[in-house]
Amino acid sequence: MNRHLLSIDDLDPSDIQQIFTTAAEMHDVQKRQVKKLPALRGRTVINLFFEDSTRTRSSFEIAGKWLSADVINLSAKGSSASKGESLRDTVLTVTAMGIDGLVVRHAASGAAEQISRWIDVPVINAGDGTHEHPTQALLDGYTLTRRLGTLEGKHVAIVGDLTHSRVFRSNVKSLTKLGATVTAVAPPTLMPAGVGDWSKAAGFATAYDLDAVLPEADAVMMLRVQRERMSGGFFPTAREYTVGYGLTRDRLATLKPGTPILHPGPMNRGLEISADAADALDSVVLDQVSAGVAVRMSVLYHLLAGEETSA
Amino acid sequence: MPAQQTSKAHDGTVSGRVVLDAGDISRALIRISHEILERNKGAEDLLLLGLHTRGVPLARRLADNIAAVEGTTVATGELDVTMYRDDLRSHPTRAPHRTQVPAGGIDGKTVVLVDDVLYSGRTIRSALDALSDLGRPAVVRLAVLVDRGHRELPIRADHVGKNLPTARSEHVSLRLVETDGEDEVRIA
Repeated sequence: MNRHLLSIDDLDPSDIQQIFTTAAEMHDVQKRQVKKLPALRGRTVINLFFEDSTRTRSSFEIAGKWLSADVINLSAKGSSASKGESLRDTVLTVTAMGIDGLVVRHAASGAAEQISRWIDVPVINAGDGTHEHPTQALLDGYTLTRRLGTLEGKHVAIVGDLTHSRVFRSNVKSLTKLGATVTAVAPPTLMPAGVGDWSKAAGFATAYDLDAVLPEADAVMMLRVQRERMSGGFFPTAREYTVGYGLTRDRLATLKPGTPILHPGPMNRGLEISADAADALDSVVLDQVSAGVAVRMSVLYHLLAGEETSA
Repeated sequence: MPAQQTSKAHDGTVSGRVVLDAGDISRALIRISHEILERNKGAEDLLLLGLHTRGVPLARRLADNIAAVEGTTVATGELDVTMYRDDLRSHPTRAPHRTQVPAGGIDGKTVVLVDDVLYSGRTIRSALDALSDLGRPAVVRLAVLVDRGHRELPIRADHVGKNLPTARSEHVSLRLVETDGEDEVRIA
């Protein structure tokens, strides 16, 4: 396994399976009274978040703590970054405190990879701009594998704001590595530019008609409409988006029975996902959250517990 | 950890001389089963917890033996100690095996840890730590098929199939039908 986790590209299918196998064991630990393993005792992990995040940060924090690591959260708000310090200086400063791993989220695509070149401890990308969010894709893949048994030959529809979605980019890579076929569904304005060549190279399909895709899908992943990343009119009104691309009650009825519904959260109820879908029996949104801790424990374990490898 | 390396031949080939054959192993396990029952005064509250990899089938065989003698089923489980090892940092990581204990947990039980080869004792130390995170057994005992000596910690087995004096340079390879296709202990 690679020393860093910056992108799903860092993992081959056997690495992903190994992460899932370990995560399954970690999942069992969550059910115990003593939810602690000593694997990272004496190791220090810093969660360096330059972007707002509640679930990913707390998920990494819990994951680190259950592995007995010391976890420190640094939010860039109110930190030296807002006083004008460069990213490089911030990163070198926290690393100089003697840490063993860095979990980083940043609004700029490629930030995690850049940081990994500056320091010699493992870096885990917890989301960089619109590029990648590998642990989210891993927990989605893990949740689906638990639910469907295998992803080999399964058809996953990923629906929503694909242009701005790092979750989409990471998921396309990991789901295809796991043998699934992916159909990306979005309004033309939210389909990434150049998706034609990309989808051919990466082996996924694109569609603009959600109603045609849903009855064929073995799993549906709804992505959040990221209003904070939008500067301009990607769709006329929220209502219009919902009519075309929201998982409404009517659309829910067109799914094959037992089709799991995923959403990375936070959900915009009533916009991309209806309350009926979010709370449906087949909604695995909360499974994704608990899987998130298990998968992040697994990733932290594999990157930080073992033998020191040179970069 | 040495104990793990010695449980299988380095290159997968079989070499060295046979010190226990299938019959010897079977007789040793029957004797251990009786010892466990004698020590526990029956099969009540007994939990046989096999350590991965080869302790797991050994625990099942002991349970089968006990069932044959007492006519009751004995709870078995499996324990993986990967996360508790003291040498995690000297190897590349590997995915842990399953840890599985009966639904009732281990609280108040007589837990018999079952392993194939007892060597440095470090695996057992890890297992004791893992147990304390799972609950609080009334008693913990240790049963091993082979004790090859060279302990590095103050740990001893309660039930031993065969004491095998070895040099540190020698390799003990223990093969079982369930994992390796045949029952055999070799020394090389």
